[in-house]
Amino acid sequence: MTTTLPHHDERTHGESRVNDFALKLANVNGTGSASANSLLMQAIFRMGIPVSGKNLFPSNIQGLPTWYEIRVNKSGYTARALDYDLMVAMNSQTYAEDIAEVASGGYVLYDSSWPLEPHLLRDDVTFLGVPLAKMCLENFSSSRERVLMKNIAYAGALVALLDLDLEVIATLLTESYSRNEKLLASNQKALRLGYDYAREHFSCPLEFRVAPMDETAHSILIDGNTAAALGCLYAGATVAGWYPITPATALMDNFTALCAKYRREPVDAAVPGGPDSYRNNYLILQAEDEIAAIGMVLGASWSGARAFTSTSGPGISLMSELLGLAYYTEIPAVIFDVQRTGPSTGMPTRTQQADILLCAYASHGDTKHILLFPANPHECFEFAVASFDLAERFQTPVFVLSDLDIGMNDWVVPELTWDDNFTPDRGRVLDDRDLAEIAEFFRYTNEDADFVTPRTVPGSDEKGAYFIRGSGHDKFGKYTEVPAEYQQVVDRLKLKHAASAQRVPAPVVIRRPGATVGIITLGSCDLAVREAIDDLSERGIEADFLRVRGFPFAPEVRAFVEEHEHCFVVEQNRDGQLRSLISLETEIDINRMHPVLYYGGFPLSARQVVHSVTTTLEVQS
Amino acid sequence: MSAPTKPLIPLAILPKNELGLTVRDYEGAMSTLCAGCGHDSVTAAITQMFFELSMPPRDIAKLSGIGCSSKTPTYFVRGAHGFNSAHGRMATIATGANAANRELTYIGISGDGDSLSIGIGHLSHLMRRNVNMVYVLENNGVYGLTKGQFSASADIGSRSKRGVPNEIAPIDPVLLGLSMGATFLARSFSGDKEQLIPLLKAAVAHQGLALIDVISPCVTFNDHEGSTKSYRFMREHEVKEIETDFVPWQQEISMPHRKGDAREVVMHDGSVVRFRSVPDGYDPHDRQRVEEYIRERHDRGEIATGLLYVNEDSVDVHAMNNTPPVALAKIPFATLCPGSAVLAKLQDDFR
Repeated sequence: MTTTLPHHDERTHGESRVNDFALKLANVNGTGSASANSLLMQAIFRMGIPVSGKNLFPSNIQGLPTWYEIRVNKSGYTARALDYDLMVAMNSQTYAEDIAEVASGGYVLYDSSWPLEPHLLRDDVTFLGVPLAKMCLENFSSSRERVLMKNIAYAGALVALLDLDLEVIATLLTESYSRNEKLLASNQKALRLGYDYAREHFSCPLEFRVAPMDETAHSILIDGNTAAALGCLYAGATVAGWYPITPATALMDNFTALCAKYRREPVDAAVPGGPDSYRNNYLILQAEDEIAAIGMVLGASWSGARAFTSTSGPGISLMSELLGLAYYTEIPAVIFDVQRTGPSTGMPTRTQQADILLCAYASHGDTKHILLFPANPHECFEFAVASFDLAERFQTPVFVLSDLDIGMNDWVVPELTWDDNFTPDRGRVLDDRDLAEIAEFFRYTNEDADFVTPRTVPGSDEKGAYFIRGSGHDKFGKYTEVPAEYQQVVDRLKLKHAASAQRVPAPVVIRRPGATVGIITLGSCDLAVREAIDDLSERGIEADFLRVRGFPFAPEVRAFVEEHEHCFVVEQNRDGQLRSLISLETEIDINRMHPVLYYGGFPLSARQVVHSVTTTLEVQS
Repeated sequence: MSAPTKPLIPLAILPKNELGLTVRDYEGAMSTLCAGCGHDSVTAAITQMFFELSMPPRDIAKLSGIGCSSKTPTYFVRGAHGFNSAHGRMATIATGANAANRELTYIGISGDGDSLSIGIGHLSHLMRRNVNMVYVLENNGVYGLTKGQFSASADIGSRSKRGVPNEIAPIDPVLLGLSMGATFLARSFSGDKEQLIPLLKAAVAHQGLALIDVISPCVTFNDHEGSTKSYRFMREHEVKEIETDFVPWQQEISMPHRKGDAREVVMHDGSVVRFRSVPDGYDPHDRQRVEEYIRERHDRGEIATGLLYVNEDSVDVHAMNNTPPVALAKIPFATLCPGSAVLAKLQDDFR
């Protein structure tokens, strides 16, 4: 099939499309497309342009459809786009839906080794056929390379079509395959095949294209799981217990890799370089299940180490029993919940923010926990560090609620910094010297202004020894079934939780003059909501923004709801969990807040927020 | 109701150990278990064992789950930290505690419900990981606190107090341990302190997970005619062919070999477990032979006790992970945190 491409002057869009477009790449899982797609994304980042890449992948190892979306935006709007200017259609199983998704006036790049069936064609879209399979068959001999190199070949075509910097691409390839010259040569060849074909057959570049900027010089391209692992390394965590689960696995994989690199201490050994020549200043335990994982964390925290686990919703369900034990016995613990789509197994490779209520009140009986809500990998790093301080200060579990979008996708974020004067807040722990100065030690007495009582760790002086128990206990730590003695302890726990509101990360508030609308959100909704607020402003609706970053809520949260005639809560779950939690905990009427819910499993787009807000306001007026 | 405290005034002048402590210094609160409970005898043996080993109480950490057995850590070594955790989860908490601070001696007390039903997964993996601790399984074949249901260790045909026979196959923790790669497996009887104390000492010396299955009759719900975990049944069916002495390394030279000593096992800390008698052809290092022996005895309606299996070349979880000899919890923050220069440099990978 031949494709004719209209000339520049015939197109509908003009120069304004430089660094402002979105592409979607439709692939088959397990065919090696991921490296080609991230190569494109990374190249745009290195050209200094704000960009995002979202991997929409199946819970599958090979064969099912998978998509990758790249949004390029000079103003930094890098939430999910939904309007695709270019579709790279590499999966014949999904041709129909992929082609249907392209914006009118957009393009479809497809493998023209085989003809497209006529019913798939659209009049308002330009089809760019590149004979990828044929090119790779002619140029590569191994069957594996013939499959893999198709991806790099379409990347090469995109380099030409989008005006990507060939030098940057060449450097990236060299970095990736520096240890495998043959593979490097194949990649370079495939890239060139696609590039040359596009230059020869199409008018390159397209009207939407990239041009170098200087917006990412002080940024990094990192996923939230890696950043959180770095935070744990820097916070001084030494023990981790975990059980593999999508999408949290990479957090511990990264922590393991980082520890192997930065936590090995050389020691004198008979055989230099041998297994005895270093000591691991960490111990990572792959547990038999999430119950064991949190049990290990509690044991280690009880013993005075900084310990954490990483999991997702199903793991939190299993951990709930021991989370109540930690809450009631006042043991620090850090839990990363990289949320995925529930309930039950749900959709393990899709994102959601549906563990908010589960984590806030995890376990039976009256329990309340501290939650932190990072919005991006940069905050994953910062909140990871903060979570250990909070857990030890308040002697209680602290949850960092990330999600699949933050955890597994690469984000452009400001580079991470570290203050070498940082000293961790280990909370109130009595050592032998402290114990020598007091007449007697009782575990749950001598509370401070935050209602925290000092603890001791095993191995301390006998005076500090006590028997920790999940059964009813009085303020002395002794077993009790006396109502007043029991209540005295649980009442203090409630006050302690409330006191932590002042210490969790404060909400981010952005105000606009004359705003009557307020939008509350959390976590990975951040960019989409901020983009929506700019969009709403263009439509004459001014909205203030508040992003919750911690639970218990700071007083600003209730005040924000009260201040606005129309208040919206944007979140990624079916039941409006953040909205419910705000109402439950601040006692504000839940009907003062309109829910804006998006929970199908893909990252949020500004368009969805704008649609919900405008529709609700129209109905109201 | 808070636990009654024991009077601390000694009735007679008590002998002191190397630390100048008496056995009373290794006691805890007064037991609230039923009079005659086998678990109280185990508590007494543990108390005596730590006293005789002259172990500083602060160097001990006691852990338990939930159940009658799990109440007992309050009844010994009051100067040690203790953790009464959740049902079946003690193994996980002990694993984490040991990971953070390997310098302490960990003793976990559990029961057959705690270990063989709700916590069997954790016990299995504790054995696989070979966490360095003593694990005492106070085994009475019955749920006491919930009033007499069969546990997973109840033998087929053993009768409940109401006369109903158990029909489900029992789980033998020693056989379980053999298949899970456990490195120290013993069985004893709460009524036999002479056997139990040396076993406990050897378990403390063992570098890895040391499981002692202690048949400990429940006087209230499982000590009747027809029960296979009663005092009477144990007295009539216990077979003590494998007998051991424990010799701390300091005393080794002064303690002469006795006639009939079959085998010596030198523990990691230099102490010696001396097998006073073993049956012909028995090798406590041979998993297969040990399993056959236990099954043969069981088929004859007998319960073999003693140190049934040991692997003194045991590699514990810390050795497997090459951690330092000091507690991870004691490593200073400055050593753990790589600092700003490293952070700046490692971010080159993210550009």
